[in-house]
Amino acid sequence: MTKVHVTTTINGDPTEFLCEPDETLLDVLRDRLGMTGSKEGCGTGDCGACSVTLNGRLVCSCLVLGAEAEGQEIGTIEGMAQGENLHVLQKKFIEHAALQCGICTPGLLVAAKSLLEKNPDPTEEETRYWLAGNLCRCTGYDKIIRAVMDAAKEMREAA
Amino acid sequence: MALDSKSDLPQFKVVGTRPARPDGIDKVTGRARFGADMSAPGMLTGLILRSPHAHARIVSIDTSKAEALAGVHAVVTRKDFREITDDDFTADILDNCMAGAKALYDGHAIAAVAASSTKIAREALKLIDVTYEKLDHVTDVDEAIEDGAPVLHEGRSDETVPAGMSPNVLSRYEFGHGDPEEGLKNADHVVERTYKTEATHQGYIEPHACLAQMGPDGQGDLWVCTQGHYMVRNTCAAILGIEQGQLRVTASEIGGGFGGKTTLFLEPVALMLAKKSGRPVKMVMTRSEVLRATGPTASTSIDVKIGMTKDGKITAGFAEMRYQGGAYPGSPVEFGAMSAFAPYDLEHVKTIGWDIVTNRPKAAAYRAPGAPMAAFAVESAIDELARHFGLDPLEVRLKNAAREGTKASYGPTYPAIGLEATLRTAKDHPHWSAPLGENQGRGVACGFWFNFGGDTCVTLNITPDGTVTVSEGNPDIGGSRASMSMMAAEELGIPYEKVRTIVADTGSLGQNEVTDGSRVTFAVGLATIEAARAAKREMCKRAAMIWGIDEEAVEWVDGAAQPAGPNAGKFPPMTLAEIAETASNTGGPIAGHHEANPEGAGVSFATHMCDVEVDPDTGAAKILRYTVFQDAGKAIHPAYVEGQFQGGAAQGIGWALNEEYIYGDDGILQNAGFLDYRVPVASDLPMIDAVILEIPNPGHPYGVRGVGETSIVPPLAAVANAVSAAAGVRMTDLPMSPPKLLAALHAKG
Repeated sequence: MTKVHVTTTINGDPTEFLCEPDETLLDVLRDRLGMTGSKEGCGTGDCGACSVTLNGRLVCSCLVLGAEAEGQEIGTIEGMAQGENLHVLQKKFIEHAALQCGICTPGLLVAAKSLLEKNPDPTEEETRYWLAGNLCRCTGYDKIIRAVMDAAKEMREAA
Repeated sequence: MALDSKSDLPQFKVVGTRPARPDGIDKVTGRARFGADMSAPGMLTGLILRSPHAHARIVSIDTSKAEALAGVHAVVTRKDFREITDDDFTADILDNCMAGAKALYDGHAIAAVAASSTKIAREALKLIDVTYEKLDHVTDVDEAIEDGAPVLHEGRSDETVPAGMSPNVLSRYEFGHGDPEEGLKNADHVVERTYKTEATHQGYIEPHACLAQMGPDGQGDLWVCTQGHYMVRNTCAAILGIEQGQLRVTASEIGGGFGGKTTLFLEPVALMLAKKSGRPVKMVMTRSEVLRATGPTASTSIDVKIGMTKDGKITAGFAEMRYQGGAYPGSPVEFGAMSAFAPYDLEHVKTIGWDIVTNRPKAAAYRAPGAPMAAFAVESAIDELARHFGLDPLEVRLKNAAREGTKASYGPTYPAIGLEATLRTAKDHPHWSAPLGENQGRGVACGFWFNFGGDTCVTLNITPDGTVTVSEGNPDIGGSRASMSMMAAEELGIPYEKVRTIVADTGSLGQNEVTDGSRVTFAVGLATIEAARAAKREMCKRAAMIWGIDEEAVEWVDGAAQPAGPNAGKFPPMTLAEIAETASNTGGPIAGHHEANPEGAGVSFATHMCDVEVDPDTGAAKILRYTVFQDAGKAIHPAYVEGQFQGGAAQGIGWALNEEYIYGDDGILQNAGFLDYRVPVASDLPMIDAVILEIPNPGHPYGVRGVGETSIVPPLAAVANAVSAAAGVRMTDLPMSPPKLLAALHAKG
């Protein structure tokens, strides 16, 4: 198979890459672009560790082909902090001890950011259902939910 | 009850606070490097060919076509490894990593390739021609010991197994004291039941991964996600026949382990591929491989007989436990038999455990291995007895609770322990008296875990500018770098931010036991404190030298050396930073280190309380409220202690309600993915309240007990007792998945 040439934008950076037609966006990010912040926990869209945004929409990058990134805007965990400044969600995850091993954390943060963009004032139930596609095996979710809701509150107050 | 109230223990400044973890920013920015995140120039991809059969003789393996494929640089089968004849434990690990004469389970590794791309490696696997002779298989623990059951291994049973039993029974264990049959005579009621639990997987989100290099000079380097890189080094060296000192292993960040990363799966194969190819080889498992071929815990079948008087005194306890540990010896039945009745003070108690093999993947440790299933059986029976007499289940447990001085069912006599405190706190908690609605039920259960010490080696270095680095040898699986930094800061009397803890590779420290047995905060913490004390002694010596007084006349107070009393002379305190700055002129760099195999890991107890609602139309059970009461000895970083309590509870809830290994009649695992192997998701759970109790462990300078494992012991029973109460029918078979619960509701009528 001939490789596909893709021109896209990742975290605001104009990016070009070559990939196999059947190669996932996750593999492109990790293996071709060295962006290993997105994790592969399952490869079947069940765990959410590879969550990224595609034109602002939350997706599992293991279920998107690299070729589909052509002309699109991709957002990954690497683009979440602005320089030295962590996103409020990132700060709250640390403050609330919302991670133990940290493997699910990038995906959860991308997913939570996506939630708060759509719904700045989610209930606990809304937060739990939105994040139901992001598996965490360490925390029992308690501190994650608290961190997201606290971040939402702080972001509302700052807005 | 609080540790701080004990006058002989320190007043803490750092310990007990909740600072940001040092690896926090790396982990929220995607910068932290886990197993699969490393690469090397010229790296090849390694993949494994796995058995499609549950049990088969490997007649032949023809790798010639795969080897001939352009881009393939090495193919490995068992023939590439030496025979290990003097060490069954290591030989079994090798056989599990790469099958020998037989494929023993669906997913057993048969061969491996290393190629210049994943695509070529996949193509190469298809070109390996394996001829199998299929054999009959058995995956159920009770069927495996029946007459005529397919036999996995001949001659592996040890001397504890009576003659005439199936060769699939490998060991028998017995614990207890008194005479249960005699004790049962004094009971007003006896519950006798059989309980079953299905195998579950640790379910870490990060699949196993490693990157191996191996030179022709016998020197190797391995980057790996593991709970113990020293174990990886030692076991790989034994399997490959190389010297431990020639293999340097670096632990990546670890994306969960829960016991499942305390053994080898890929590592010796990756090293062998690297050796044969002369290139670095990276191997990463798929989720399906993780579920088919790594670490599930045992499935079990347990007979329990417990007698009780009408006022709630247990007169005798007996359990006979059958655990299958997959295709090799080593199910956690011994721990199950030891821990089953550990929370209780019993005159007559006996447990018998049978270690059984089946055509399933080799069981790996899973958080308090063996104990949750045992507690499920015993705590369910106690709940049933309490309900029979209409007694308060917490009162019944208090009446029988083990205390300081109790002779444990597994032998030792307990020092100060926290079970009673967890029960009394539970009784006073608002959760216990909260009202319940229709189809709702509440359950409680207790749990116990031994905890462990193990080989530990820590170095603490004082830098010239007066900051401190701690090097320890245990992967940070849930915030342990923060805990080590806190204990070092506490002991040295300096701010937490002045200490940075790193996880050092195997070339940098002496032997360190794996991150298991809830040992790290206890044992590595103890070694960190002792290393800090050694550094303090050295700094006092340096100050004494500068002041020209005896070193005995110098003491360490609040981060500085100072003269001990008025007779020592009048000198202003000399801070750690001031001593560090001049160290070059007073004898050179300052460091403290400590090496130990500490005894004294205090046992830990918990009581869990759970409310569920059962949907009578679907059989689904929803957790409404959950509270954990557990003795931490001393919580160094309470947020991460709570996290351990909550995480263990969540895993136990999954085990109780949904998670299970489902095998077809063909012996093939039918649910090797997260869609069908259903771990709890955020919308399945409520907040999990974590109540930390602190009954100090005398074996640790700050009173620490391990907390990681006890938290998964009670939830199976706590949830089952709640579901049984809500459903009005006793559930004895886990998981209580909706179809099973619905069938029980229908059977009840």
